[in-house]
Amino acid sequence: MNIEIYDRSVFKAMLQGFWGLTSRELKKWMKEPIILFMAIIQPIMWMVLFGKSMNIGAIFSSSTITNMIIPDIKIPGYLLNPPVDGVVTIPGSVASEIVRNMLSGISSKAVESVFGVSDYFSYLAVGMISMITIFTSTFSGMSIVWDRRLGFLYKVLSTPVPRTAIILSKMFNAAIRSIFQSTIILLLAIFLGIKFSPTFSLMSLVAIYIAIFLFSAGLSSLFLAFALRSTRHETQMAIVNLFTMPLMFTSNAFFPTTLMPEWLQGIARVNPVSYITDALRQLTIYQINYEILLTDFIYLTAFATILSTIGIVLSWKYLTK
Amino acid sequence: MVEYAIVAENLTKMFNGNIVAVDNVSFKVNEGEIFGLLGPNGAGKTTTINMLTTVLKPTKGRASILGYDVVKNASMVRRLIGVVPQEYTADEDLTGFENLILCGDLYGIPRDVSKKLAIELLELMELTKFKDKKVETYSGGMRRRLELACGLINRPRVLFLDEPTLGLDVQTRSAIWNYIKKLKEEYNITILMTTHYMEEADSLCDRIAIIDHGKIVVSGTPEELKNSVGSDVMEIMIREKEDVTEIIENITYVKEVHRRDDGSYIVKLEDGETVAPMIIENLRRNGYHVIKLSISKPTLDEVFLTYTGRALRDSEEGREAILSQRITLKKARR
Ligand SMILES: Nc1ncnc2c1ncn2[C@@H]1O[C@H](COP(=O)(O)OP(=O)(O)OP(=O)(O)O)[C@@H](O)[C@H]1O
Ligand SMILES: [Mg+2]
Repeated sequence: MNIEIYDRSVFKAMLQGFWGLTSRELKKWMKEPIILFMAIIQPIMWMVLFGKSMNIGAIFSSSTITNMIIPDIKIPGYLLNPPVDGVVTIPGSVASEIVRNMLSGISSKAVESVFGVSDYFSYLAVGMISMITIFTSTFSGMSIVWDRRLGFLYKVLSTPVPRTAIILSKMFNAAIRSIFQSTIILLLAIFLGIKFSPTFSLMSLVAIYIAIFLFSAGLSSLFLAFALRSTRHETQMAIVNLFTMPLMFTSNAFFPTTLMPEWLQGIARVNPVSYITDALRQLTIYQINYEILLTDFIYLTAFATILSTIGIVLSWKYLTK
Repeated sequence: MVEYAIVAENLTKMFNGNIVAVDNVSFKVNEGEIFGLLGPNGAGKTTTINMLTTVLKPTKGRASILGYDVVKNASMVRRLIGVVPQEYTADEDLTGFENLILCGDLYGIPRDVSKKLAIELLELMELTKFKDKKVETYSGGMRRRLELACGLINRPRVLFLDEPTLGLDVQTRSAIWNYIKKLKEEYNITILMTTHYMEEADSLCDRIAIIDHGKIVVSGTPEELKNSVGSDVMEIMIREKEDVTEIIENITYVKEVHRRDDGSYIVKLEDGETVAPMIIENLRRNGYHVIKLSISKPTLDEVFLTYTGRALRDSEEGREAILSQRITLKKARR
């Protein structure tokens, strides 16, 4: 029969296979909104509980001082310049107000010097974008395991679609999901009062999406590579659990690395989560430091390129029945 | 030069270095032929198909489809073949139509073409009414027909059907037989199918290879195979409980006697109609009473029994195993 009519260029055919697989994943995702809901619930809890309810600034001020009752202060008029008659009285309440303002100024300065912004909520909210991206990307490997167990992968493997397209479709799917979920988190953060820096613009948003894409592509490739031969979702689940929390807590997602012990700072310096989080903060709540931002992007690009290449090359060899 | 549709030469597959699933299998299939691999559970049928469809690499030996080597020219082979696997492979969360379009995408078929083909195939498989329902809601027979449609979306020249009627009821099974016959007649597709239903192999296949423990035991047309066994099979039941194997064995023309657990006997013999009265007479003289007797001409079951030394295991067993596996998977997913 006439197979010639489908004898299109290999590239076009691959693109179509890639698109078919990607849209399959997206369709599945959209048909099950509960998955999206479950995914964003944890970051939201973190934002509300730790970012909003807990007053991190208080850690840096002394509540005993701010609550101190200051008596009225009487100042003889001749001491003032120019001198006045009689005695000038400064009420204690005013005095304590001044002290309190001074101290809280100090504490917000302290927060700013440590976190780079004056409120912890803004700091944490951006960290939550990293978190949701980590969750979504590390789970990408699970879907290969399921495809294998449910037989779907078997069919795909007997068709001419290149293995590269299979991996790329999973990677893209993770990235697109991450971007979508990050947008929700960002909108929620705006609603809850995130304070953008003056350098935030529409271009920043584009850059944010690129950063998320790079990070998600790299991280999902790593977990896809782990899943190439796996037939047990329990194993994959264990790998995911083993990695996600340490990845989060050895980075600047929750707290600045300057608060960490020396050895932990060393880990944080190579942890890709630190780079994506910093890039996101530069683009949203910090006054952009282009030099640092460039370093972040170089790191993220290298991370994505190297890991996705490894994932693809391994898939040629190991993505079999 | 006549190009064979499928050539397998000393195809061998070992798992984990010691389990030999397929052992030096060689066969050739002509274009337009329906070739059946017949064997019990675990015989190596699926593994053979996996190698021919490029999903598994052979440990030893080689194979080609329409002249293209399955290892060196895998991507060309994949374009020429259609595969309907033993398990259900459709995505349950998508509709039947979406699944077909996805299959088309995997072959790089332009969407406008694949949409037309999908509608045509859904019509052929009588699934048009359900095309926009999630596959999750399909019955086993509907899913099997959808798999068949998926395997045909690229208009394959060689089609692999792994147990195409496993676990289906009689009507659905015969409907699928009709589709298969139609495919061969209308499109001259070469088909390699596996089955452990004897009557299926008998009625559909031009040629059959019986495979057991990874080896091809015998091959030929169903007629050839039946003739090679060459004898009738008689089933006898006697009233008494004693074992009379020896008495029957001593009668001339009787080739072989096999006593079943339920006390009945399977007797292989030449010219059953003439010998039957002799057997009855002989048993009566020894004080035994025949209460039931039937004679059957050789079937593939007998062929199988003859060449492998045992009956084809109960096929329902395999079916249940697969069904329960599916249920487990579904549960695990929740
Ligand atoms: N991935 C694997 N790893 C180890 N052993 C395997 C693997 N796949 C199959 N086998 C073994 O190879 C043998 C042949 O299996 P295969 O699936 O080819 O049988 P089959 O003839 O298709 O049987 P069925 O009728 O049950 O489908 C079996 O003994 C099976 O246990
Ligand atoms: Mg099988």
